[in-house]
Amino acid sequence: MMLDDILASLFPQGHSVKKEEGVITGSAKLRSGGQALVIGICDRTAVGIDEAIWLSGYVLDSLEKDSGPILVMVDSDSQRMSKRDELLGLNEFLAHLAKCLIYANLHGRPTIGLLYGHTAAGAFLATALATRVLVALPGAEPVVMDLPSMAKVTKLSIEMLKERAKSTPVFAPGLQNLFQLGAVQLTWDERTSLADRLEKLLSDTPDAGDRRDTLGKERHGRLKAADIAERVYDLALQR
Amino acid sequence: MNSGSKMQASMLQHRDQMTSWYEASARTRVRLLLDPETLHEFVGPQMREISPHLRVFDLPEQFDDGIIVGRGELGGSPVFVAAQEGRFMGGAIGEVHGAKLTGLLRAARDIKSVPVLILFDTGGVRLQEANAGEVAVAEIMRAIIEARTAGTKIIGLIGGRAGCYGGGGLIAGCCSALAVSEQGRIAVSGPEVIETNRGVEEFDSRDRALVWRTMGGKHRRLLGGADVFTEDTVEDFRNTAMQLLRSVADFSLATLINEQARLEQRLERFGSCLDAVDVWSAEAVPQPDTVPGLAPDEFKKLVDKAGRINHDAR
Repeated sequence: MMLDDILASLFPQGHSVKKEEGVITGSAKLRSGGQALVIGICDRTAVGIDEAIWLSGYVLDSLEKDSGPILVMVDSDSQRMSKRDELLGLNEFLAHLAKCLIYANLHGRPTIGLLYGHTAAGAFLATALATRVLVALPGAEPVVMDLPSMAKVTKLSIEMLKERAKSTPVFAPGLQNLFQLGAVQLTWDERTSLADRLEKLLSDTPDAGDRRDTLGKERHGRLKAADIAERVYDLALQR
Repeated sequence: MNSGSKMQASMLQHRDQMTSWYEASARTRVRLLLDPETLHEFVGPQMREISPHLRVFDLPEQFDDGIIVGRGELGGSPVFVAAQEGRFMGGAIGEVHGAKLTGLLRAARDIKSVPVLILFDTGGVRLQEANAGEVAVAEIMRAIIEARTAGTKIIGLIGGRAGCYGGGGLIAGCCSALAVSEQGRIAVSGPEVIETNRGVEEFDSRDRALVWRTMGGKHRRLLGGADVFTEDTVEDFRNTAMQLLRSVADFSLATLINEQARLEQRLERFGSCLDAVDVWSAEAVPQPDTVPGLAPDEFKKLVDKAGRINHDAR
């Protein structure tokens, strides 16, 4: 599904969402009244220092106004891999964008990630994974790293990785695996109106707490994470 | 204790404090960083909570999954501590490793008054459990911001063999303050990853001088990506941690607005620089070519002279 079609289906009452150099900014009318802030990355653009600072600035400006819940639409490459981005501190720019989204989420501005295309690695962390509820639309392809690059870094053979990928959700790329791990909370079907789905989600938004590890346990994707985190938590609280 | 054995104990302690942070294991770092005999580890190696995923790849496991988390004291005050072991799979973050840090940060968030020290030594997400590692990094980042919002201070210490790469670099960017040694490197994409994806013309990963001046501790300190530059000794990291705990500001919307301004200004001033030496020149560092060769104390003087101060914009 193309971005324009998704926006039309989400916001039948109109929107002012623009895309410019791979960056999405704007706002839209919600059917239930009020508006939503819309940001994101499109056209499989890499997220570097320029894209990140643009989006974080847009989010921070909006926090001073009552611009409603924040939708983060993502079809990105990974973080921009370049000398310039690393030289100037890409880790700080990506972390800053994530911090702005997490801060907004904690302060009355629910954040909803809409993963409608590709995303990977640092770009995934700074955008979609920094939201309260991450929804995947048909065609979403989240990955941490593609298998050939993974083979290079891990020095494991590509044949072995391909074979293991069939049966190991914790490692293989793909939407179903990230759903099973609790990273993606919901998947929407394109045959129904996205506006209906969005209104339902907004009227029934979960609280700001991070439940991804318990979801991952319920879905048999991450069997240990929730229990280990809870055990450490309980031990740390003693005394 | 007679005076002879007292002297011996104090000499031993002195020798311990001069231990290289870079060379030490995570356990040695924690033991020497905290007040003696104060570490109380949570879900330690005796619990044998190993990664359930490494055996799928016939890879060795470690009983603590490459991270120590616990409670201890620093200068007589309680702290939580997490230390990554760079010698185990490059300190990479997998399901169990990540969950231990997340649990610790959530406790710190709810207790509010006990700060957290994170001893980074990581190549980022552990690729053999990539999805679990990636979500774990996202959970850690959120837990840090929740803890900071609740008033907890989170200090990152970076100077290990594996550096602080990938998702580790993003986690570091969420901390209240960072200390880095010359050996510490902070980045998202590692040199080999950039070279693989963009070619050797973009980044020659075998050019170690280039790696160090682009991602290393001196550049990060001069750029403002770290708050304090430390020598490569446990003693200096310990003193620095205590100093940062005293000076870190609260976290609020103002912090984020300041950080936005700080990063925008950096882009404006250095956005067209092609090399770290150009950045240092633009920052009016005298004789920028000599920076990589400066001894730590000379470099610290240079930083002081350049007016690089701690900020409340992180």
